Amino acid sequence: MEEKLTLFKNRKRFGIEKNIDIIFKNTALVLSSFVAIILLGIILVVFFQSFESFSRYGLKFLVTSEWNPVKDEYGAFTAIYGTLVTSFLSLLITIPLGVGTAIFITEDFVPKVVREIIGSFVELLAAIPSVVLGLWAIFVMEPFFRAFFVFLHNFFGWIPLFSTEPTGRNSLLAILILVVMLLPIVTSIARDSLNQVPKKLRNAAYGIGASRWKTIFSVILPAALSGIMAGVLLALGRAMGETMAVTMIIGNSNAFSWSLLSPGYTISSMLANQFGEADGSQVSSLFYAAFVLMILSLVVNIFAQWLVKKFSLKY
Amino acid sequence: MNSLYYQKRLSRNIGDKFFTSLSVICALIAILPLIFLVTYILYKGGSQITPELFTLEPNPPGDDLDAGGINPALIGTLIITTIASIIAIPVGVGGGIYLAEYSKGGAFSRFIRFGVNVLAGVPSIIAGVFIYALIVSTKILFGSMYSGLAGGMALSILMLPTVIKTTDEGLKLVPNELRYASLGVGASMYTTILKVTLPSAFRSIATGVVLGIARAAGETAPLIFTALFSYYYITGFGDLFYEMGSLAVLIYNFALEPYDPQNKLAWAASFILVLSILSVNIFSRILAAFTEKTKRV
Repeated sequence: MEEKLTLFKNRKRFGIEKNIDIIFKNTALVLSSFVAIILLGIILVVFFQSFESFSRYGLKFLVTSEWNPVKDEYGAFTAIYGTLVTSFLSLLITIPLGVGTAIFITEDFVPKVVREIIGSFVELLAAIPSVVLGLWAIFVMEPFFRAFFVFLHNFFGWIPLFSTEPTGRNSLLAILILVVMLLPIVTSIARDSLNQVPKKLRNAAYGIGASRWKTIFSVILPAALSGIMAGVLLALGRAMGETMAVTMIIGNSNAFSWSLLSPGYTISSMLANQFGEADGSQVSSLFYAAFVLMILSLVVNIFAQWLVKKFSLKY
Repeated sequence: MNSLYYQKRLSRNIGDKFFTSLSVICALIAILPLIFLVTYILYKGGSQITPELFTLEPNPPGDDLDAGGINPALIGTLIITTIASIIAIPVGVGGGIYLAEYSKGGAFSRFIRFGVNVLAGVPSIIAGVFIYALIVSTKILFGSMYSGLAGGMALSILMLPTVIKTTDEGLKLVPNELRYASLGVGASMYTTILKVTLPSAFRSIATGVVLGIARAAGETAPLIFTALFSYYYITGFGDLFYEMGSLAVLIYNFALEPYDPQNKLAWAASFILVLSILSVNIFSRILAAFTEKTKRV
């Protein structure tokens, strides 16, 4: 009996190996908690830096559009309005285009090889840096659309959205370049969720005599809806936070205007433009604007995750 | 009898035709500008490429001057992305190991996974604002303000979620039998992870990490007020603590210059950036497809 126990004792791991094991596990634990630390750090730092401006203007900051470093008066309404308008309108254009393209890729209209090439090409485009898209927007898109904008203004100028004379860079161009950026995101996520719909559902629908598009509208799309919605929300978050391409093409003007044909501002383009040269309470106001942007994108992202969890496919 | 045959005039068939053509039109509207975009960037940028581009400093903007080259920006991008990788890869892989190998799906790991997704959605300019407040304005790095080091840190925040996610998912795909076998012959947990599970997930993790690096290389927003920009050659280690140029910021700055030579330089830099990012993407895609094929056999 004694002998056996010592035998077991000898078969135990060396102390040093045990310690390494424990150290390894705890290191991994600490490293994984870095994510939480960084996330909380970002929220806290941006909040505390914006405190001065927050206590001075309160919620008035969100609804006034005075931005005057000389008089030291700040309000971010133009930028917040610009962020919301550009992201929502660009989504409005992107959703039908992206979902339509995704349906085209997942149905068998053309041979599989062609569809796969189109699919991976669209995904590759998501990898193009936004600053390059901005460059392209300045030198190719703006001249290309100039005549069209003049036409819009001449014929639809009575609508407030087109009421200003188009002069170079404007909000509508920012919306269009956002469409180019969001299209790959929406298309590839919509394609994935359409592909995940089980084949039996389609076969069942065909079996009771539904036509192809009846099947798509009444069976496939509803089944894939949660995934598509989540993709749309992710794209919305991306659109709100997108900085470079928008900054380069939106014209960067803090003067508020209903018209899409006049230069505008978004929160991120305001940050990109002014952060480097700001001082005093302007910095705090910029942090306040950054805080608003962060809250907007956090809400959208968390809602997207909740949606995926709540309505994920149950087949 | 007639109802056995396909009837063109039936409203359901007309509707089907209509919607089919609608989706074809959608696909065309979506894809044609994208094709045009890529070919234009490659054509316009490619025609600006000269050997001097890679060796010279950019000249200060002006109309009648030769624009010079993009050497400092090219080297700067390499350095800044390397710094970002040095920070993000160990932290991300370690965090991914914890999530996939140690956590038991409790509240903590669910919170971290949630945090990873949220961090992935944080606008890139916010990462720049954060590092500005934490490092640039406090001059915490030996009294230097704008620096390549700060820029690398800002980029690492953007890379981190990608690295954790790919490590977590790559490790989860490793079959449990391998773990049982290794633990069964008496290996400890860390030997199992380092010698068995990590190597067998290596390829998928590496692909994800490389894609993350490629994405970070094109990011501009976090750099414009952390690394700023510099016109001068990077000569030594000490330059890490000063303003550092990068291809992305060069494109941004020079695209907004009113002078033609600078705009051309921006196109050339775009060409190099896009070409390298696209080739990394295509290469890793081919590699992934190849791996999948060999696995199936």
